[in-house]
Amino acid sequence: MIPELGQLALILALCLALMLALVPLWGAFRGNLFWMRFATPLATGQFFFVALAFGFLTYAFMTNDFTVAYVATNSNSHLPWYYKFSAVWGGHEGSLLLWLFILCLWTVAVAWRSLHLPAELRSRVLSVMGMISTGFLLFVLLTSSPFTRLFFNAPDDGQDLNPLLQDFGLIVHPPMLYMGYVGFSVAFAFAIAALLGGRLDAAWARWARPWTNAAWAFLSIGIVLGSWWAYYELGWGGWWFWDPVENASFMPWLAGTALIHSMAVTEKRGEFKSWTVLLAICAFSLSLLGTFLVRSGVLTSVHAFASDPTRGFFVLMLLAVTVGGSLLLFALRAVDLKSESTFNLLSKETWLLINNLILLVAMVVVLLGTLYPLVVDALQLGKLSVGPPYFNMLFVPLMGLLALALGSGLMLRWKRHAQDQWLKSLALPALAVLIFAIVTIIWGGEHRWGIVLGVVMAGWIAVSTLVDVSHRIRFSQQGWRQPRSYWGMHVAHLGFCASILGVTWVSLHAFEQDIRVEPGHVEHIDGYDISYLGATSLQGPNYTAEQGHFVVSKQGKTITELFPQKRNYSVQRSMMTEAAIDPGLMQDIYIAMGERLDGGAWAVRIHIKPMVRWIWLGGLLMAFGGALAATDLRYRRLRHRQPQVSVGLETAPVTEVSHA
Amino acid sequence: MNLKRKHRMWAVVALLLGVSVAVGLALYALQQNINLFYSPSQIADHQAPDDTRIRAGGMVVEHSLQRSGDSLMVHFALTDFQKTIEVEYTGILPDLFREGQGVVALGKMNSKGVFVADQVLAKHDEKYMPPEVAAALKASGKLPPQPSAEH
Repeated sequence: MIPELGQLALILALCLALMLALVPLWGAFRGNLFWMRFATPLATGQFFFVALAFGFLTYAFMTNDFTVAYVATNSNSHLPWYYKFSAVWGGHEGSLLLWLFILCLWTVAVAWRSLHLPAELRSRVLSVMGMISTGFLLFVLLTSSPFTRLFFNAPDDGQDLNPLLQDFGLIVHPPMLYMGYVGFSVAFAFAIAALLGGRLDAAWARWARPWTNAAWAFLSIGIVLGSWWAYYELGWGGWWFWDPVENASFMPWLAGTALIHSMAVTEKRGEFKSWTVLLAICAFSLSLLGTFLVRSGVLTSVHAFASDPTRGFFVLMLLAVTVGGSLLLFALRAVDLKSESTFNLLSKETWLLINNLILLVAMVVVLLGTLYPLVVDALQLGKLSVGPPYFNMLFVPLMGLLALALGSGLMLRWKRHAQDQWLKSLALPALAVLIFAIVTIIWGGEHRWGIVLGVVMAGWIAVSTLVDVSHRIRFSQQGWRQPRSYWGMHVAHLGFCASILGVTWVSLHAFEQDIRVEPGHVEHIDGYDISYLGATSLQGPNYTAEQGHFVVSKQGKTITELFPQKRNYSVQRSMMTEAAIDPGLMQDIYIAMGERLDGGAWAVRIHIKPMVRWIWLGGLLMAFGGALAATDLRYRRLRHRQPQVSVGLETAPVTEVSHA
Repeated sequence: MNLKRKHRMWAVVALLLGVSVAVGLALYALQQNINLFYSPSQIADHQAPDDTRIRAGGMVVEHSLQRSGDSLMVHFALTDFQKTIEVEYTGILPDLFREGQGVVALGKMNSKGVFVADQVLAKHDEKYMPPEVAAALKASGKLPPQPSAEH
């Protein structure tokens, strides 16, 4: 009974989504406030029914209802309860339902937090979001219902959740990632609403900005979690593989990063308007492309559950309609987009344009490397794959350029900046970087040139940041009481520095060794003595495991004991590697059991990973910076203002000290 | 030329320059770093280039896996049920590697006609077969003796 109610809830949600897509839009078109007022209750109702469906599916998992096909393929009665919960989004159908649930969550949040906006714009925004959820509800109901029953031959027990996904990382990674992916739909909806209404002043950018920052912060966390999960769960010790599935989430992030910077220009200066609209369309389209790549089964990975051509076709159609429709609208309306001011070559505007250019080129590089094998395959020109060297070869120099531009553009003012002043403020960062470089060249040891590159990039940004902060505190009236968005910007940029340092060190100075060990064997790696004492068997809730015992010591002093496992999940009969990690801010010691060899020996993978955590720490800092910017007080103050007044860009004095 | 036009011109020039340099570099890098897929038959017929990193995929022949006693070197045979090639790999095989199942190996051919792999991929569950392998098997006319991957 419960699964049928879930199906019914989805159908009702579809009806409401359809009405949401049409009624407020019609009201906005006719200038009829009565129709426009339907937006909030419809968005709320849609959220209610999708949440209900989500709750029913969760209930089916918790009560081991194996007559539901999706539960039977993705759960098992021996699965611990928290994995039953996360198994709700462990497969194709459920993860789409999660996608939908999060879309409705964003929609209802926009509906309730945008009461101060002009009624027409608000109705259009919510209608566009209603269109997106209509598309996805149709997708779920027509091709991938999670509530399909097995009326005959319902199994006694389920086929269990893929063991790779039985992990804390999976509980949090998809929701965070989807919050980001789907969050870009808000920026998209605002852009489309602005195009539809023809009111293309900078106001829409101001309203959409906190939402975009929030979505970007969530996406950053999602990607960090994915990378961290791959590191400890896949047993390879790698943190990024340039796997198409990773790229699928990275492309919208790159476009989103460009978007949040270009939105700053549009909001503050009324420039780059058409560009920002285009980026908003681009970021959300890439989110849809990511969904298509991951969900259609054209890729092969842990994320591709089953290849069903109708599903891929459906998402491709959604993508085509979204991209085609919004670009057509853009082409029709972009003529009206006029810049509200001008800027000199040496100005914050120019540097943000450079930032956008580099980020978009980086995005295209990733896109090319990801789609090229698919296109070649689709044209039947052969089968091939693009290896990580391609991405590294192009991405590293691009990030170098980005760091150079970031460090030199931080302190620039809007509109124009005196050249001698600029050069003066760059003197200190340049000197600091020179010193860093010399020190690294002298003491760098092996791979010193790579290290120099990383240190120079990170140092250039960090010292420029310090220069800007000290300058700002001395010369602005607020002193230390700068707005949150200002601190958010610097926190995010320092996060970028931390990631650069982490990537540099772990790429150049990691020790990786695959060795054969017998009980009593001592391996000397990077000054550590790692001795293997033996393996024991143990029994988990739904698996059996062989657990190795390693003692890590340095100069006779025991540092840590590590217990990596090789698990055998009985239901799916699959082997899993549980790496044992001694984590540290400066260094991880990572041991994974490979295979059992003859005579009690094991093949073991031992890694020493310096500063690997800085990569994720940097990502979290970036996300925190985004969150700070999204919660800036001026957005809250804005809400109490008169809604009709277009935000006074023209009246803002040019000399106003700006914050991005 | 007024200031605005000048800016626009610079922006367009920078954009075109940036995009063309990026596309040129990207295509060059792609050329250097694509790994073409070859089936065991193609490799056995010397259609695969020497000294170039390629992908080879097929089924691991039952009972062909041999380990060396004192190192991590393994040998196994890869087949598309028409021709069989020998593969050598040093390191840890993935968890999902099993005899009788499909894998993809990345590496180079050596002078003795042995495929020296530096990476072996085996993914998903036991029902899964890499799509290249499935296509290669289809091409060889020997459909996999296994149920389809759909559940």
